Amino acid sequence: MTAHSPTWGSPDTLVGSTPASSGPTPRGMQGQHGKYSECGNLAGVRHIILILSGKGGVGKSTISTELALALRHAGKKVGILDVDLCGPSIPRMLQVQGRAVHQCDSGWVPVFVDQEQSIALMSVGFLLEKPDEAVVWRGPKKNALIKQFVSDVAWGELDYLVVDTPPGTSDEHIATLEALRPYKPLGALVVTTPQAVSVGDVRRELTFCRKTGLQVMGVVENMSSFVCPHCAECTNVFSRGGGEELARHAGVPFLGSVPLDPELTRSLEEGRDFIQEFPKSPAFPALISITQKILDRALAQLS
Amino acid sequence: MEEVPHDCPGADSAQAGRVASCQGCPNQLLCASGAGAAPDPAIEEIKEKMKTVKHKILVLSGKGGVGKSTFSAHLAHGLAEDENTQIALLDIDICGPSIPKIMGLEGEQYVEDNLGVMSVGFLLSSPDDAVIWRGPKKNGMIKQFLRDVDWGEVDYLIVDTPPGTSDEHLSVVQYLAAAHIDGAVIITTPQEVALQDVRKEISFCRKVKLPIIGVVENMSGFICPKCKKESQIFPPTTGGAEVMCQELKLPLLGRVPLDPHIGKSCDKGQSFMSEAPDSPATLAYRSIIQKIQEFCSLHQSKEENLLSS
Repeated sequence: MTAHSPTWGSPDTLVGSTPASSGPTPRGMQGQHGKYSECGNLAGVRHIILILSGKGGVGKSTISTELALALRHAGKKVGILDVDLCGPSIPRMLQVQGRAVHQCDSGWVPVFVDQEQSIALMSVGFLLEKPDEAVVWRGPKKNALIKQFVSDVAWGELDYLVVDTPPGTSDEHIATLEALRPYKPLGALVVTTPQAVSVGDVRRELTFCRKTGLQVMGVVENMSSFVCPHCAECTNVFSRGGGEELARHAGVPFLGSVPLDPELTRSLEEGRDFIQEFPKSPAFPALISITQKILDRALAQLS
Repeated sequence: MEEVPHDCPGADSAQAGRVASCQGCPNQLLCASGAGAAPDPAIEEIKEKMKTVKHKILVLSGKGGVGKSTFSAHLAHGLAEDENTQIALLDIDICGPSIPKIMGLEGEQYVEDNLGVMSVGFLLSSPDDAVIWRGPKKNGMIKQFLRDVDWGEVDYLIVDTPPGTSDEHLSVVQYLAAAHIDGAVIITTPQEVALQDVRKEISFCRKVKLPIIGVVENMSGFICPKCKKESQIFPPTTGGAEVMCQELKLPLLGRVPLDPHIGKSCDKGQSFMSEAPDSPATLAYRSIIQKIQEFCSLHQSKEENLLSS
């Protein structure tokens, strides 16, 4: 396997230096979408999960990362694909920001976050020369990179690929879904916070799922409540009840409420393994329960 | 413009229509003719329309969920308290239009006589309707909002944006280029995962030469209603907005604490500042609004001096 680091230049020249132009095209990568499903870089991926919301800042990337860590603890090999091109948060959450991305014959080699190579990550964050450089791209350019991210990352054998998305129902979402469709994703996990303003946007995301034929595995309500570390009083800082009501209205399962835990935020900022370090956190039982439901669903799909 | 080739160089690039990947694209001839590079006539039309709009403020972040729409709404409410000031609030978050909900509007466009709102949310018949549009269509909508809405005599036009640095942001800056934007207010929360994205937004503003009025740090500390002690729900692990502003030499307009009543007021479509006039969050909002007004007045008198000299 030959590997060499591409020179990325500024984000505006990013798409010009692509693996497809600098190496042999892998077998099965040419032609229409339908031909991808039997070969190509996603052939070794058992289950694909999309993490969606309509709303920004509800914790999609946090939930994506926590889900990946929890799946790893359950003995699974996990990949994370971060298709948030404007705000790629995950490299920092796993303390791998600034790592170089190498190429091989099949395409881009994902960045492994641990020695055992049990979590692999691909994000536009790795392709930026400077971390503060903005990716100021219009839709067509974003679509092109996302198609490459989906088809040109050499994931190898994975049990789960968790796809973290930006907020909205636009280019990134359409492009990601179109590219993933031949591989029959397991479904989408839709994240909201309790308040009506968030639910208002997430309802639209659920419509997007319905219209595009993407199965919704369930709704997760994040930032449900905050337990004061001084007196243990529980406050609903972002209103209450929205997640469960949304799930009921849309006729999809409610997977659980994850409370606010500043330790969770802090550990992600510092790139620590929250699942390992904070089993006593109020967020822990909720995250483990959500992961178990996903594992059950994957098992049900296989049988 | 739905069928865009894999390596499209961009319709406004110098290579438009001329590179190998343009072969077979239905727009190849149009791009190669240079038509894409010509300035959009809408820019002049919008400049004309904007002559009756005194001040234009963009509310930006890189990050989602930091409180842009909440802040835009309260900025509008705050400025509109002076009955002699005409305020317009434009929501260009096409996929996630929160402003109608936060302003308590179902289909009406006027909150008060002097506070008008425009949002794609008003054009959707059901709260479940999704706007699944690619960039070019979103840009078209934004152009329409700016060009085809009869704004009338407006003292402040506040533009609420979605998170990111993409079509919507490029379009609003491009379309208002000739009309002159006073500046941008950048919203963040204290934690590094937000600041990381906000720095990109600041980089975007500098790239497109958009003046930055200052930064607002939202959800900055939480006072427990029971024991009254402060906690940091979103810990400022890298020093929060204060350190970022020092590094980037930008004004920190203020810090707004996390008051659970803010979320509740927004859900009800009420102005939090009217519902809780003594809350520390209200005082923070008012101080920030005043600084924004001062910036705009200073900017206006500078322009007047330039014109008269």
